[in-house]
Amino acid sequence: MPMPDVEERARKAKDKKALYGIDIDLESYESDARPHEEVKEAEELPQEVKKAALDVGVKLDKESSGAYVQMDQTPVIAKSTFEGVELLSIEAALKKYDYLQDYWWKLVAPDADKYTAEVAQSPPAGYFIRAKKGMKTVFPVKSCLYLGSSNLNQRVHNIIIAEEGSELHVITGCTTPAHIQRGLHVGVSEFFIKKNAKVSFTMVHSWGKEVEVRPRTGITIDEGGSLSNNYICLRPVKTLQTFPTATLNGRGAVASFNTVIYSSMGNIDVGSNVILNAPETSSESISRVVSVGGEVIARGRMTGKVPGARAHLECVGLLLSDKGRIYSIPELDGQSRDLDMSHEAAVGRISEEELEYLMARGLSSEQATSVIVRGFLDVEIKGLPEELKQEIKNITQREDLKGA
Amino acid sequence: MENSICLEVIWLLEIEDLSVSIGGKLVLKDVNLRVGSGETHALFGPNGTGKTTLLNVIAGIPRYVVEGGSIVFKGHDITKMSMDERARLGIGMAFQRPPAIRGLRLKELIKIINPNADATALLKEMDFAAFADRDVNRGFSGGEVKRSEMVQLLAQRPDFVMLDEPDSGVDLENIKLIGEAINQLTQKNMRPSNRTKSGLLITHFGHILEYMKTDRAHVMLGGSIVCSGNPKEILDQIKKSGYEGCVACLCPT
Repeated sequence: MPMPDVEERARKAKDKKALYGIDIDLESYESDARPHEEVKEAEELPQEVKKAALDVGVKLDKESSGAYVQMDQTPVIAKSTFEGVELLSIEAALKKYDYLQDYWWKLVAPDADKYTAEVAQSPPAGYFIRAKKGMKTVFPVKSCLYLGSSNLNQRVHNIIIAEEGSELHVITGCTTPAHIQRGLHVGVSEFFIKKNAKVSFTMVHSWGKEVEVRPRTGITIDEGGSLSNNYICLRPVKTLQTFPTATLNGRGAVASFNTVIYSSMGNIDVGSNVILNAPETSSESISRVVSVGGEVIARGRMTGKVPGARAHLECVGLLLSDKGRIYSIPELDGQSRDLDMSHEAAVGRISEEELEYLMARGLSSEQATSVIVRGFLDVEIKGLPEELKQEIKNITQREDLKGA
Repeated sequence: MENSICLEVIWLLEIEDLSVSIGGKLVLKDVNLRVGSGETHALFGPNGTGKTTLLNVIAGIPRYVVEGGSIVFKGHDITKMSMDERARLGIGMAFQRPPAIRGLRLKELIKIINPNADATALLKEMDFAAFADRDVNRGFSGGEVKRSEMVQLLAQRPDFVMLDEPDSGVDLENIKLIGEAINQLTQKNMRPSNRTKSGLLITHFGHILEYMKTDRAHVMLGGSIVCSGNPKEILDQIKKSGYEGCVACLCPT
C-alpha cells in the first residue's frame, strides 16, 4: 500500500497555499484524534451523533442502501444494505483491492495544495462506495462525517466508483456538535462515473462558527454518464473553500451542480469547475446565495474543449445586509468552434414589489422576507429521488432564514 | 350629522381630501370617497388618471407620500399604517400585475394567508387546482394571474376588497368565474341589509360588471374623483360621450 510517489509529492507541497480561500495555519490544529468504538448497526451509534446526522438530512434508517459514519478519524460504521452497492472504509478497501491504486489520487493531486498534502500524509480515513455494474437503487447511501473533538484537523479521503450502467445516490452530512470551539475539516473526494452510470451526490454542511472547511473534489464522467451534485450550507462557518472539478470525458456526459448558501458570517468561497472534453456533453451550474453578513465568493467555470458542448452557469445572490458581500465570478472558456455556453449572474436585494405583495396579504415584513428567501433557496434539482428532494426541501424550509 | 359617531360606523372606508405625490409629482388631488359597509363601488377613468394609485395608497404601498387628507377604515385612521397592519385590519387587494414569487407554491401561500383555509376547495372553485404546486404567478398567463389573485383573496376573506382590473386579459369563460368570486367576496348572495363586506374595483370596459353587482360608481380624472352615481348610468354616459363628458360633468348625481 505505500505509495512513495504520492508521499513524496505531498511532502514537497506541505506549505503550498491554495489558489483560493483564506490561508490556514495547519500547525494550529491537532492531528492526533482519539479513537472511537466501532458499531455493528447504525442504531448503536451514540445518541448525539445520530441527532447531529439527522440534523444534516442523514436519517440512518432502513430506507437506505448503506451507512457510513466517521467520528473524527475513526470510521465507526461502514455497512452496505443493498447487494448492488459495496461500502467499505477506504482503509479496508485499499487492502482489499489492488486495483484501487489506479484510482487513488488520480483526480485530485496530492500536491494540489497544503490541504491535499496534509491528507496524503495522513493514514487514510474515509469511505469507498462502489455501485456495481448495472445495479440501480433509488435508496441513497447515507454518510455522516462527524467532527467531535475541539481543535482537531479532520482528514477524509473518499472514493466513489459508479460502474457501467449503475445508479447511485449518496447523501453526506458533515457536521460538528455545538460544543466544538474550533476545528478543521479537509475532505478529498474522487468520483469515477463510468459509462451510462447515473450518480447524485448531495452534501449538507452544518459547521460551527470557529470551524474551517476545505473539501477537495475531482470527478470524471464517461460516455452517457451523469452527475447531479448538490451542496447546501445554511449554518455559520468561519471559512470554507471548495472548487470541485468535473471532467466530462465521454460522449453525452452530463453534470449539474446546485449550490445553496445562506451566509451570516465568515468567508465562504465556493463554486464548480467543469471541463467539457467530449462531444455532446452538457453541464449546468446553478448557485443561489443569500448573505446577511459574511463574504461569499461564488465561482463557476466552464471550459468547452470540443464542438457541440453545451454549458450554462447561473449565479444569483441576494445581499440583505451592509455587512455582507457577494462576489459572483462566472467564467466561460470556449476552446473550440460550435459551442453553446452562457451564463447569467445577478446580485441584488429582495424585490420591493414581492415584499409588498406578500404584506398586502397580511404577512409582516419579516415573515415576507423569510418566505421570499426560502423560496429563493428552493432550487429545483433534477435527477434526485423524491425522498432526497424532500429532504433538501425540509432543510431549506426548516431554517430560520431572516433578512438582515 | 356627517361627523356623528353613528355615521362613522356606517362608512367602512372614508377618504377625505386625500392628496398624494410620488417622486415629487402630485398624483392624487383632494380625493373624497366613502364606501359603506356592504357596498361595492366601481372606479372608472382613463389610463394614468390615478385609479391604481388610489388603490395602492389605500393598501398602504410605501412608495407614495400622503401630502394631505386622511384615510379612515373601520373608524381607525390608517393613513400612516403599514401595509400588513392594514391587511390584518381587513383590507385586501387583487393586483393588476402581481409579481411572481420563485420557490413559493400557490397552495403554500394560501396556507400562509389563512391557515384555516381549505386550499384544495378554493383552488377547485376557481378551476385552478392544476396550479396548486406552481410557484406563485410564475409563468402564469394574464387570465391565470387573475384567478391566482382571486384564490388568494378567497383565502384572505378581507372586509374590504380592492380589485385592479380583475377582467383584463381574461377570456369570457373565466370572466364569469371571476365575477362570481367577487360576488362571493362582497356577499352578493346575501340580502343587501345583511352584507358587511365591501369592495372597490377598477375596470376599463366594464365587462366584469355583466357578471357582478355594484352599488355605486365613480369617475376619476386627473387625480380627482369628478363624478359619482349609479354604475350603469355612468357607464352608459362614458360609452356615449367618453370621459370628456365627465369633464363637463354631465353625470347624474
